[in-house]
Amino acid sequence: MKFGVVVFPGTWSDRDCGWVVTEVLGAELEYLWHKDRDLKGCDCVILPGGFSYGDHLRTGAIARFSPVMESVTRFAAHGGLVWGICNGFQVLCESGLLPGALIRNDSCEFRCAWTDLVVERDDTLFTAGTAKRDVLRLPISHGEGNYFADPATLSLLEQRNQVVFRYCQPDGLVVPAANPNGSLHNIAGIVNREGNVLGMMPHPERCAEAELGGTDGLKLFRSVLDSFTGVPA
Amino acid sequence: MKLLARVIVTPKPVVNDPQGGTVKGALHRLGFESVSEVRVGKYIEVTVEAADEDEARRQVSDMCRKLLANHVIEDVRFQVERPQEAVAHGRAHESEATPTG
Repeated sequence: MKFGVVVFPGTWSDRDCGWVVTEVLGAELEYLWHKDRDLKGCDCVILPGGFSYGDHLRTGAIARFSPVMESVTRFAAHGGLVWGICNGFQVLCESGLLPGALIRNDSCEFRCAWTDLVVERDDTLFTAGTAKRDVLRLPISHGEGNYFADPATLSLLEQRNQVVFRYCQPDGLVVPAANPNGSLHNIAGIVNREGNVLGMMPHPERCAEAELGGTDGLKLFRSVLDSFTGVPA
Repeated sequence: MKLLARVIVTPKPVVNDPQGGTVKGALHRLGFESVSEVRVGKYIEVTVEAADEDEARRQVSDMCRKLLANHVIEDVRFQVERPQEAVAHGRAHESEATPTG
């Protein structure tokens, strides 16, 4: 099983994701340059955090037209696992692989903080190693993580059970006070209908080792690895 | 011929605009209590080569759809002008703000 980490100009979390894959998980890794179309046989493609193309025009707006995204879109259409984290989530929304958009935090501030997330779906390959209603502690680091979708889209997302993570209190209760950015319905992460494309604002790659203050992020990386190597969750 | 498109992108009315809210608050603090709403968007100038205005409008409309605006959250409108007209237009109808404070 091989992870791919896409590198756009301005991406800054690529090495963090790569470190978790090779040093913590012990899995195979390929960095995928934005100008390349070859996904090099990767089984799960990660679009990491950062400021791709300087966030010019809108977050993720330019990155979606890069050569590598043509391949990622085809890969996703054929059921390949695509995992957008922070800026990667913004790119997935801009490219239409996920519905909605991520707008300026309601506070107008860049938020860098630990958040608690309640797991709403444990039946995706990204969350198979967790249980529904588990609370994960992951950091966020963004200025534009405020999830927006029009009422019809939001209602469909909920009906189709596409919300994977919501910001919550440490006890798992989803309340407005636990929402760090104004996201509708406290949404922190969603999947497409097929469940093979996940977008999330919090950073699992930044909490995969005890030295960094927590290991909940590793549960997601391990879920993906185990789903390919046949280890029961 | 070279034509200039002036593209204006604004957040949709249903989208919360925290930037606009912050600017409105600042205007109120400065004594502009008459301000009831502020929406902050983007202004983009695109110079294109086209046979005529209609072709330029088609091109810019396509650009707006594909890249310049995100239709989930933004509305977009534009006008196409000949650059020299645009300069004259600018001189005739736009007054420069002069800081007095």
